[in-house]
Amino acid sequence: MKKIVNIIACGALANELVALKSLNDWQHFNIDCVPAKYHSTPHLITDAVREKITNIRKQNDGEILIAYGECGTQGDLDKLIEETNTARLPGAHCYQFFAGHDKFNELHEAEIGTFYLTDFLTQHFETYVWKMLGLDRKPELLEMYFGNYKKLVYLAQTENTELTEKAKIGAERLGLTFERIFTGYGEMQTELENKEFHVSLENLSVNL
Amino acid sequence: MSDQDDYDEDDIDLNELPDDELVEQMQDDLYDGLKEEVIEGTEILLKRGWAADKVLTEALVGGMTIVGIDFRDGILFVPEVLSSANAMKGGMAILKPLLSASEGARAGKMVIGTVKGDIHDIGKNLVKMMMEGAGFEVIDLGINQSVEDYFAALEEHKPDILGMSALLTTTMPYMKVVIDELVSQGMRDDYIVLVGGAPLNEEFGAAVGADAYCRDAASAVDIAKEQIALKRAS
Repeated sequence: MKKIVNIIACGALANELVALKSLNDWQHFNIDCVPAKYHSTPHLITDAVREKITNIRKQNDGEILIAYGECGTQGDLDKLIEETNTARLPGAHCYQFFAGHDKFNELHEAEIGTFYLTDFLTQHFETYVWKMLGLDRKPELLEMYFGNYKKLVYLAQTENTELTEKAKIGAERLGLTFERIFTGYGEMQTELENKEFHVSLENLSVNL
Repeated sequence: MSDQDDYDEDDIDLNELPDDELVEQMQDDLYDGLKEEVIEGTEILLKRGWAADKVLTEALVGGMTIVGIDFRDGILFVPEVLSSANAMKGGMAILKPLLSASEGARAGKMVIGTVKGDIHDIGKNLVKMMMEGAGFEVIDLGINQSVEDYFAALEEHKPDILGMSALLTTTMPYMKVVIDELVSQGMRDDYIVLVGGAPLNEEFGAAVGADAYCRDAASAVDIAKEQIALKRAS
């Protein structure tokens, strides 16, 4: 019997979490997502996560893991995690889970002007990069946003030529050089593997 | 009626507006990020004999203050604020040489830069612009600034204020490195240290030993004025 692990995640990580759950047959993982669009209104993230924690605690007494980076919550998310005795995936950025801590630091030191894409961000480049930054309406802002960036690194979770091509086009649109690094699920997989506990298989769900 | 007809009817000749309506229109144009119109309005007011600092304060800073309030209240988002800032920059480019030539007593001097390891400068640039709009002389060091860079600038420019900015949780602790070095060299009390950036909060500002955390560009101006007044009174 395995204990339930509830994962409250940013919607940008949903595909990968669901894939990991399925690949590893982690049936005791409940995945519940906060919309990825909250990245443009980070002050809403903490309250949304708080509401999910409250609801989960009404349903089961399993561990709760928050799959977020710091994500512009100005420390509020970490305060909530401390208050509610929950845990967060390590790292300041969600894409850091995929690259791995050491590799990410290495990439950052090699070129601090690096913009990162994951599978999700590549797939939804138009919505979560171009439109979210208002570049569809105000293309003249491109220089203000990306003037100091040099390079786009696509941290690929899967082997997908179509996504690689999309990421390459994204780099061109942002005026950046392109590099693809295959990461798979990186430290996200390792972190979640550590959460293998014995629980009942009841009350399992995926709410995306 | 065609769209062109609509446009023609709505199109406003800024030259025909009296001063108060022109200022109001410029604030609207700045709010909408219309750089060319803001430049045109600035030129018209100068031709009418307005002093550069009056144009700056009433039309540009006045407009940008409204933008700042609406951003704080969640009515405007980052792209709109940047667009407005870009429009203000257009007007500032005309006014700045005139201000430099005419200005006597400045509100104060600030050295500002984004900390080491960080290339993000949107917030810093907004602060710079609003501080200049409020009469401060601002020396912008740019991005990725080390302790040595900050100290060299402090030595050279002898500012009232040191401003540090960071967007990343991984780089914001560097502010403490700089402040600790100021303390260890016995220079901490020589400067007002202001910090800002999206992942920061007041608690962090206090923890690293800054004089204040500034949540946005408009607050930075208010806080800088308060801190300068306090320092000059002491």
